[in-house]
Amino acid sequence: MNPAPTINVSLILRLAIFGVVAVLVQITAISQISLLGVSADITPLIVASVGLLAGSVPGAIMGFALGLFVDMALLQTLGVSSLLLTGVGYGAGRFREVRDPSNTLTPVAIGAAATVISQVGFSLIQFLLGVDAPVSFLLLREILFTVAVNTVIALPVYALVRRIVAPALPEDPRRRRARRAAVAGGLSPLSQPNAPRRRRRGLRAT
Amino acid sequence: MYDKQVRRRRAILALLVGLSLILLTAYFGESIGGPLRTIQRGMLEVLSPIQEGASRALKPFHDLVNWVGDTFDAKDRASRLEKERDQLRKQVIGAQQARTDNVQLKRMVDLNASRDLALSTYRPVTGRVIARSPSLWFTTITVDVGSSDGVRRNQPVLDGAGLVGKVTDTTADASIVTLITDHSSGVSSTVQQNNDSGILETAAGNPNDLLLQFLPPKSTVKRGETVVTSGTKSSRLDSLFPPGIPVGTVTKVDPEELNLYQRVHVKPFADLRRLNFVQVLTRPNARVVAKAPANQTAQAGAGPTSTTP
Repeated sequence: MNPAPTINVSLILRLAIFGVVAVLVQITAISQISLLGVSADITPLIVASVGLLAGSVPGAIMGFALGLFVDMALLQTLGVSSLLLTGVGYGAGRFREVRDPSNTLTPVAIGAAATVISQVGFSLIQFLLGVDAPVSFLLLREILFTVAVNTVIALPVYALVRRIVAPALPEDPRRRRARRAAVAGGLSPLSQPNAPRRRRRGLRAT
Repeated sequence: MYDKQVRRRRAILALLVGLSLILLTAYFGESIGGPLRTIQRGMLEVLSPIQEGASRALKPFHDLVNWVGDTFDAKDRASRLEKERDQLRKQVIGAQQARTDNVQLKRMVDLNASRDLALSTYRPVTGRVIARSPSLWFTTITVDVGSSDGVRRNQPVLDGAGLVGKVTDTTADASIVTLITDHSSGVSSTVQQNNDSGILETAAGNPNDLLLQFLPPKSTVKRGETVVTSGTKSSRLDSLFPPGIPVGTVTKVDPEELNLYQRVHVKPFADLRRLNFVQVLTRPNARVVAKAPANQTAQAGAGPTSTTP
């Protein structure tokens, strides 16, 4: 189990500025770029990345704030994006806290899952709110293509978020151990791949 | 200690979810002039100059990406456009003849009202698209012209190709335009070739597929025919859009679907995913027109779901 890092002022400031810039870039540029007939939506990716890096509480708060800002900026129904992105951020954070993932491709899987939750959730909420529109197979196709495009860009978005957020986070124990090992030449002689066989054998005998 | 952390985490989650639900419920039940919408409009007012700056700054970037995509489509489009050109050339010859006949016939029956006259009561205001919604469900764009430019709610919005949507909210310097592909949109339209009228609605999820619904039974609409706004006028509800604005072309006519649901599929002329500039048809003399007798205000009005602004 990986405990959640504490929230500090630097982290809040970084996330607030990054969130505002990201939403502006999303609505002024990325939404106007068509890939496979759809536009990428980086907001669930950013929230999921924050959850993965900073934990469930910062993830949920980031999701709520980012969703509220998107709904405000685009005059959409307030609360819809906040509700979904809060869930996305919290879910990603809990995944980090419970599973402590170390695979490089984890952000890709989490990004895809976050996009599915936000797209399908959005559609469901719209239906619950009484949207009167015939739904076709094309809607499903559009959701799938958005998920595909978001999956492709998930890793760079995660890298960008990590670059911005990491300096404000307390050092990850796993990274600290790895760095110490690199500086000191390994945790133990056994962990060194080039250690002489004789020495290892000798160690085992003692 | 651990229990305390868990409780705190759950409390924060519950608080955020609760806040979202309260916002959603309050917003949904609120009237247009309610406090949340006023705050939203205030926010738009603050953000619109920033959005405009960001849009200008990032334009080369999204132009470049779109250019790459366009290059792949260019060959297909060229051959398709050549075919279309040949077809249109034939139609123009026919239309020129029809126009000559029309002028003569109009003179004969002394008809003064024409489409051009209906449109002449509008003053087009050109705006740049500064933001758009990434959602499939809220198909809206933000343009950099607002009430200080004469833009009001429910005014029609066009681009060079055809109808784009209508203004649904304004601030001093920006307006929200709801596109014709939004689920809340409905445009009274006519198939130009045979005058069959219906309501153009969206099929959720595809901006290139609109449904012209409620066509008359035994309608003879064919693929490739042009759909324009009908600009209907009635004693209760007028159409928002003036008549004759090109909307799209009929792309699919399924005889079974036509008989059963009285609908055909329409592809809009405007490329709604790539809008850079649009024109809002403002009405500087709207009050004068509103006071005029009913027969003089013909052709100008509000949408199928709302009254004249």
